[in-house]
Amino acid sequence: MGEKGEVKLIGAWPSPFVLRARVALNLKSVDYEFLQETLGNKSELLLRSNPVYKKVPVLLHHDQPICESLIIVQYIDEVWPGPAILPKDPSERALARFWAAYVDDKVFPAMQGMMKAQGQEEEKSVIDQLLGGLQLLEGALREVGKGKRFFGGDEIGYIDIALGSMLGWMRVTERFSELKLFDAEKTPLLVQWADSFTSAEAVKGVMPETDKLVEFAKILLARFKSQA
Amino acid sequence: MASDDDQKVRVLGVWNSPFSAMVKLALKLKGVQYEYIEEDLQNKGPLLLESNPVHKKIPVLIHGRKPVAESVVILEYINETWPENPLLPNDPYERAQARFWAKFIEEKCGRAIWTAYGTQGEEKEKAIKDAEEGLKILEEGLKGKFFNGETIGFLDIVACGIAFWLPVLEEAADIKFFDPEKLPRLRCWTEEYTKVELVKEAFPPRDKLLPAFKAYRDQMFGPKDSST
Repeated sequence: MGEKGEVKLIGAWPSPFVLRARVALNLKSVDYEFLQETLGNKSELLLRSNPVYKKVPVLLHHDQPICESLIIVQYIDEVWPGPAILPKDPSERALARFWAAYVDDKVFPAMQGMMKAQGQEEEKSVIDQLLGGLQLLEGALREVGKGKRFFGGDEIGYIDIALGSMLGWMRVTERFSELKLFDAEKTPLLVQWADSFTSAEAVKGVMPETDKLVEFAKILLARFKSQA
Repeated sequence: MASDDDQKVRVLGVWNSPFSAMVKLALKLKGVQYEYIEEDLQNKGPLLLESNPVHKKIPVLIHGRKPVAESVVILEYINETWPENPLLPNDPYERAQARFWAKFIEEKCGRAIWTAYGTQGEEKEKAIKDAEEGLKILEEGLKGKFFNGETIGFLDIVACGIAFWLPVLEEAADIKFFDPEKLPRLRCWTEEYTKVELVKEAFPPRDKLLPAFKAYRDQMFGPKDSST
């Protein structure tokens, strides 16, 4: 749908935030050009399109830049017809925005914290935060998804995109820390949900493979340690 | 006949919080009647704990029986539920810009300003620099009389901390990060903003804010001395 030239996405394959934009574009069947950034060498276009943060993703629609992953997802939802990403009802939309913000404010930083934690005490506190957060999300899935496959019901919605984009990095975290984040006993709904999300049509072509993310994580960790 | 209780609007807040003020201002701009309930954060009431069990924070909007938490989520909810006098632009691109700047204000300006107020020494100095940078970038983003154009909108509401609380925190913590010479647009904006009748109604009086924030800082660091 649409001329390919009119929609571009500046991104990087390992980024969960870029993945959000890609899934949203796929859900709406939008053709776009993916402009891959190289780590450590930001393109002129990126620096020009996102001068404030200089970060991916940036959606370029008719060369106009839209930045910040969740803002991009809302923009995509508002501009293109097709399955609704955010629900129609305002209080359901508020709930969707609330939980998406929760992923960004509590879950993602805890995951980052695990990779960077120095010492057991710090690691334990971050693990508790992460597991606690996932427990709350399990409850949210029950309440919001009402027994269906996704937070969005039968189809992927806003919360699914916000949290699902983190799955690759969650699996990396599990490998590095030997911790189980999704547990059939404690978070049974999320375990099933993770499978449903990963195998969804809009996701499977664009979700990075865990093995590749693990290799990438090793490179990042080495850089982080050498700069410390 | 639908019960009045289903339509009743209540706001749980704290008198000196800019986040509470944002919600009140948005409701006033929409002409929505509401009941304001002052919370004691040292002794959180059952209504707050029930309506925001995840964060246990104010503000919370309760519409009928439905709670909505997180200030920006509440603002979007108010805008969508009462469509008259839209707070966000209709154009999706303009809307995305407003959301982008709202996030920037919260993350880059707000955080730095509150950190500078709440810390001493090196941490305070760094926060002051961050706040100055944030305000400089924000200055460039302000194109008209208000962020929303000729009338106040979403972004102006989110930026209320800069108009009202910033001068109070500057005085309470003996900081200067707003240089009116360097930020002429923001200076004009602050003047126009604080003149608006509904804004004056929604915001706490400065003569109560200043002693309160001076007292909090004294509690944290002892009575003000000129060395910090």
